[in-house]
Amino acid sequence: MRAVDTPAGFEAETTEFSVGEMLRRLARGELGSVRVIVAIAVIWTIFQIANDRFLSAINLTNLTLQIAAVATISIGVVLILLLGEIDLSVGAVSGLAAGVMAVLSVKEGWSPELAIVAALVVGASIGLLQGFFITAFGLPSFVVTLAGLLAWPGFLLLVLGETGTVPLPPSTITDLTGTFFDPAVGWAIAIAVVAVYVFTVLRGRARRARAGLSVPPLVQALIAPALVAAGAFAAVAILNEDRGVPLAVVIVIALTAVFSFITERTRFGRHIFAVGGNAEAARRAGIRVNWVRMSVFVLGSTLAAFGGVLAASRLLAVNQQSGGEEVLLFAIAGPVIAGTSLFGGRGFVWSALLGAIVIGSISNGMDLLGLESDIKFIITGGVLLAAVTIDAATRLRREPT
Amino acid sequence: MNTVQSTETETQPSPSAQPLLALNGFTKSFGAVEALKDVDFDLHAGEVVGLVGDNGAGKSTLIKAIAGVQPPDSGEARFEGRPVRLHSPQDATALGIATVYQDLALAENLDVVANLYLGQEVANGTPGIDVLDEVAMEQKSMELLGSLGVTTLRSVRTEVAMLSGGQRQAVAIARSLLGEPKVVLLDEPTAALGIVQTRQILELIDRLRKRGLGVVVISHNLADVFQVADRIAVLRLGRMAATFDKAGSREEEIVAAITGAEFGREERPTEETPL
Repeated sequence: MRAVDTPAGFEAETTEFSVGEMLRRLARGELGSVRVIVAIAVIWTIFQIANDRFLSAINLTNLTLQIAAVATISIGVVLILLLGEIDLSVGAVSGLAAGVMAVLSVKEGWSPELAIVAALVVGASIGLLQGFFITAFGLPSFVVTLAGLLAWPGFLLLVLGETGTVPLPPSTITDLTGTFFDPAVGWAIAIAVVAVYVFTVLRGRARRARAGLSVPPLVQALIAPALVAAGAFAAVAILNEDRGVPLAVVIVIALTAVFSFITERTRFGRHIFAVGGNAEAARRAGIRVNWVRMSVFVLGSTLAAFGGVLAASRLLAVNQQSGGEEVLLFAIAGPVIAGTSLFGGRGFVWSALLGAIVIGSISNGMDLLGLESDIKFIITGGVLLAAVTIDAATRLRREPT
Repeated sequence: MNTVQSTETETQPSPSAQPLLALNGFTKSFGAVEALKDVDFDLHAGEVVGLVGDNGAGKSTLIKAIAGVQPPDSGEARFEGRPVRLHSPQDATALGIATVYQDLALAENLDVVANLYLGQEVANGTPGIDVLDEVAMEQKSMELLGSLGVTTLRSVRTEVAMLSGGQRQAVAIARSLLGEPKVVLLDEPTAALGIVQTRQILELIDRLRKRGLGVVVISHNLADVFQVADRIAVLRLGRMAATFDKAGSREEEIVAAITGAEFGREERPTEETPL
């Protein structure tokens, strides 16, 4: 930090826009999401060169459906990581919740909608239970959720009973990942999203300007909306070439947007960051630290349960392997790869989606190349290690001098 | 007052004014250890009192008692002349007593504005969801810091992790002022600061005085205390050993009071203990 000792008041933030400044900020890790997008571009280029079907409309559509479940679970993981905690049970919870849903709707004859609600209630209850042990007894979340990682798959076996696998007939449940929008509807959604985003950015800028606060130049303020617009329109164009924009994609993006808003713009979200940054400071400032922790664990497990619903919907069944180890590893690795810190207080909800795209692309691309799962795991592990190393290295550059 | 060498605890610098905060006979024991013994202490509006003493003299215990964190076993407190309870931090806050602890209690991952408003965020009245009013918070933060002469921050949107020790201390002090307190307790505000930063914090304390606040500064550093305090209260072994008016007192006298050497004014005027 360059401390400028002037009595004149605050300097305006350096808002000069230049490529050099952008690169410097990139190197300092301030543009975390841009770095991930660059990484995705590199990964896609490599796989496209290796197999020209990778960037085909049908494969990219499949990719979005493959990552929907993990991206949803990762949203909850981001919230928990922001707190400075960890939840190792998210995969197991997703499996158990899906199992409950499948048994209730198929064997017990519940309506699919009610069965989905039941799955979410199971998730929320597990979050409440685990959160209770963590906050009331001061146990490390690592241990409590490790116990969950061991126990919940046992409950899944119990729930599934003799049959082991419960196939899901066509219903609202399978429609979650089996519905595709008309091309026109897809375009309408993309245009609406971009319009709302641009409107929000411009309105926020206008409010700051009216209040006499520093505002970035218009060009700079519109870089992010322009990138989002380009991405959204390209995605819709590609998805429309195949079956159309999947409902699951809209759900995942909507969930991400909602939780991004909650964390960045609301009092509750601010308190999550505060607890993750300095729990003692938060407590002294009058924040109900344990209430925040409980709420986040409930949200995390509920999102994990909904991820399980999406995974079952895509697989058209729930079996004993539902929510297995890969789900947990991918759901935690994704946000970390995309720049959410494992140590609490730093991160952003969109890292859930971006990380899922990175990991999903690697997994999908290696499937296309016909690689065995041993190689897949090794490479995915290497990517995670590289991402965390880059993150740590860039963080060093941000330390005060 | 500049003719007075050292005033006893009962003496007030401006006798007409009622003390903002008056403690009488504060006593606190931890098991067999008497951390505070029958301590009297006055603080007036627009006054900076330096609270000095050796390690274990009871400075922190006294501050914690005033802050309501560690209520005394006995003793009475008056605030603006009324008898008051200081049994919890909430009691102290409600009266308008703010405390800035040595370890600052800032969230490093949040920016200056977020730290200033931590736990008391300004939010819009959207039903059900409290949406933060960042514009209002940022504006008021700049006003507040500006009025305190805190001008070395490049932007109030800087993460606290990027700030220097002095800047962090300034943010911590500024935060204590958001609740419009009448009394501010500062625990070692210049510890671990460089020369320039110390000067800036002392200037900041001077501004607090000019705002009409009563300020208590705990410090090990007599030079700092001398620079900023109107009066200096010396604790020794849990007792109020002496209170000096800064004007007219010499550093050696205060050192003597701290250590209990020959220049020291003994505890109470009534209990003149020969050395």
